[in-house]
Amino acid sequence: MKILIKKGRVIDPKNDIDETLDIYINGNMIERIDRNIREKGSDIQVIDVSHHIIAPGLIDVHAHLREPGYEYKETIKTGTMAAVKGGFTTVVCMANTHPINDNKSVTEYIIEKSKSEGLCRVFPCGAITKGLKSEELSEIGEMFEAGIIAISDDGKSVKNAELLRRALEYAKLFAIPTISHCEDEDLSKGFVHEGHASLLSGLDTIPPISEEIIVKRDMAIAQYVGSPIHLTHISTEGSVEAIHKAKKGYKKITCDTCPHYFTLTDEATLGFDTSTKVNPPLRSKEDVKALKEGLKNNTIDIIATDHAPHEGSSKDVEFNLATFGISGLETAFALSLSLVHEGVLTLKELLKKFTVNPAKLLKLPYGELTPGKVADLIIFNPDIEWVVDKNEFLSKGKNTPFHGWKLKGKNLLTIVDGKIVYRDKIFT
Amino acid sequence: MNWDKKDLLGIKELSKEEILLILDTAESFKDISKREVKKVPTLRGKTVITLFYEPSTRTRISFEIAAKRLSADTINISASTSSYVKGETLKDTAKNLESMKPDVIIIRHSMPGAPHMLAKTIYSSVINGGDGAHEHPTQALLDLFTMRQKKGKIDGLKIAIIGDIAHSRVARSNIFALKHFNTEIICSGPPTMMPPYLESLGVKVEYNIDRAVSNADVIMMLRIQKERGGISYIPSIKEYSTMYGLKKEHLTKAKEDVIIMHPGPMNRGIEIMDEVADGPYSVILDQVENGVAVRMAVLYLLLGREM
Repeated sequence: MKILIKKGRVIDPKNDIDETLDIYINGNMIERIDRNIREKGSDIQVIDVSHHIIAPGLIDVHAHLREPGYEYKETIKTGTMAAVKGGFTTVVCMANTHPINDNKSVTEYIIEKSKSEGLCRVFPCGAITKGLKSEELSEIGEMFEAGIIAISDDGKSVKNAELLRRALEYAKLFAIPTISHCEDEDLSKGFVHEGHASLLSGLDTIPPISEEIIVKRDMAIAQYVGSPIHLTHISTEGSVEAIHKAKKGYKKITCDTCPHYFTLTDEATLGFDTSTKVNPPLRSKEDVKALKEGLKNNTIDIIATDHAPHEGSSKDVEFNLATFGISGLETAFALSLSLVHEGVLTLKELLKKFTVNPAKLLKLPYGELTPGKVADLIIFNPDIEWVVDKNEFLSKGKNTPFHGWKLKGKNLLTIVDGKIVYRDKIFT
Repeated sequence: MNWDKKDLLGIKELSKEEILLILDTAESFKDISKREVKKVPTLRGKTVITLFYEPSTRTRISFEIAAKRLSADTINISASTSSYVKGETLKDTAKNLESMKPDVIIIRHSMPGAPHMLAKTIYSSVINGGDGAHEHPTQALLDLFTMRQKKGKIDGLKIAIIGDIAHSRVARSNIFALKHFNTEIICSGPPTMMPPYLESLGVKVEYNIDRAVSNADVIMMLRIQKERGGISYIPSIKEYSTMYGLKKEHLTKAKEDVIIMHPGPMNRGIEIMDEVADGPYSVILDQVENGVAVRMAVLYLLLGREM
């Protein structure tokens, strides 16, 4: 399979490219990136992408693909269909499946399933502790051999600080990052941000300090043992400030936030719409401002989706009883493009947080457009407007607070490993 | 003005005019309860369901009496006898009830927003009979009605609300309602029971009960629950009672004609002493009496939309 992509504005933060070029893909590799490539042959598929942007395929460091165990919420097949539609060519899936990915059999299962049914690259993240129980370490080494690229007890923090210390130390053996979900369980018994909106709604709360004290704790432990730590789905001003400060003294700290945290505030929960129930919760206006500032000054390295698909019935109940989570893969990039439209980031800066930075964190040879490397790339247009319709989601999870929103910017075509795995009707 | 809302979910959604419309309508219904034949045919042929997922005596009976005095048919469902215990979801229960064509469903639920979910699901009118720590609109309306009855007006009143403000739907609804008027609201209780940002609602927070009740026209006591979610907000009921229980000596600091309110059920000897609850300043039973008229007004206005 040979593909010649013509006249696209190529933006690749890794190679510092931003100009109109052609890309020639031969097999699964990018063979050439150049002006006016004139490859000829009946076996070459030529795609004219003038007025559109060619970028490296996006990498999501945080998604829940739900398989094995929760196939009624999502499968690797549907999750990766959603991913490639949203512009992602690589997805890291979290360990809170059933059974939990705390041993190599589950890791192997996910990897096999991804190879046979997945539309994009899937890398499992192994559990730090067995059963996510914060009692004993998972068999991290065996899982690493099987293919995990990070460890995380995502969904909760490792409650036992010593155990986290040992995990961070042990992970040095494999040079993989530890991804930390920052939440103090005791302080976090509620459902929404503690602020003005919760005062009005009377919903039980999750105060910002519940996140911030664990952010600080985990950074301190990581620094003490000299291991890398990645703080995921950061949502508060206090966290951004703490990370900004800590990064000055210790270089192995990285973090991400998700589009819903810089797009919505806790005001969205006032109508008791369960699609706004997410953990960490939607925060205040001040937090949103701080997150944008953190994205701008690179305190926040990465934008992740925290794609958390759920079956409708788990959201179609009282707010307290509804599951936490937003189905994010199909809206994340478009929502993030608003940062460019608002002037918070340039396109290249935004793409960095979806490509080079996650690739660097996970030590993956993706997230770049380089001749001789695999062809994982997307064609998108930052100015095309479209309306989010959850019924058109390819994900099984229709749980989105953005249904009916008009977004500006759309992924149009996705190539993984040299193959077109998604194309918008514009290209059909 | 005319009433055009399908539901009564909270005070927050009401305008001052709507609040006054309910209060004024309630005035006209007050006499019915004093007649020999306590019944008018206004809502004949209408069906009112009370769907209570939390225990309640006062509110449920008050709604039932209000509906019956307007000649509506009433059906009472409580969580312990409903399919809820068999695992039916609220939404399914609501849809099933809806199939039997009720005109109003009055719901009480321990979780905020349950009435809102119900209202979105069904065509019948929904009245919030109390949802978790969120709102209890008819309680606030009957409280305002009682204040207006006893004081002749609401404007200019100084109201002290004492107790667990953080978890009180009564406090929230009252604050939302009273803010439409020129009132001074002081919230008092232990700091653990004052939610963050409380002042942003335009109320004063005063931990000291003596200062809180000073010069008050109205003292509204809230029911105390020692524990919520397994965590203590206060060291002991005894200590709370010592520090925040309303006693006779507090009344000397308030206005001479202060009125004492309580939404019930009271913990006698804990948040309110017998001498106060049964004393001359107490309007607690007037609140209960007025509750019927206010709920008649609410039912009348909601159902009167299409009449």
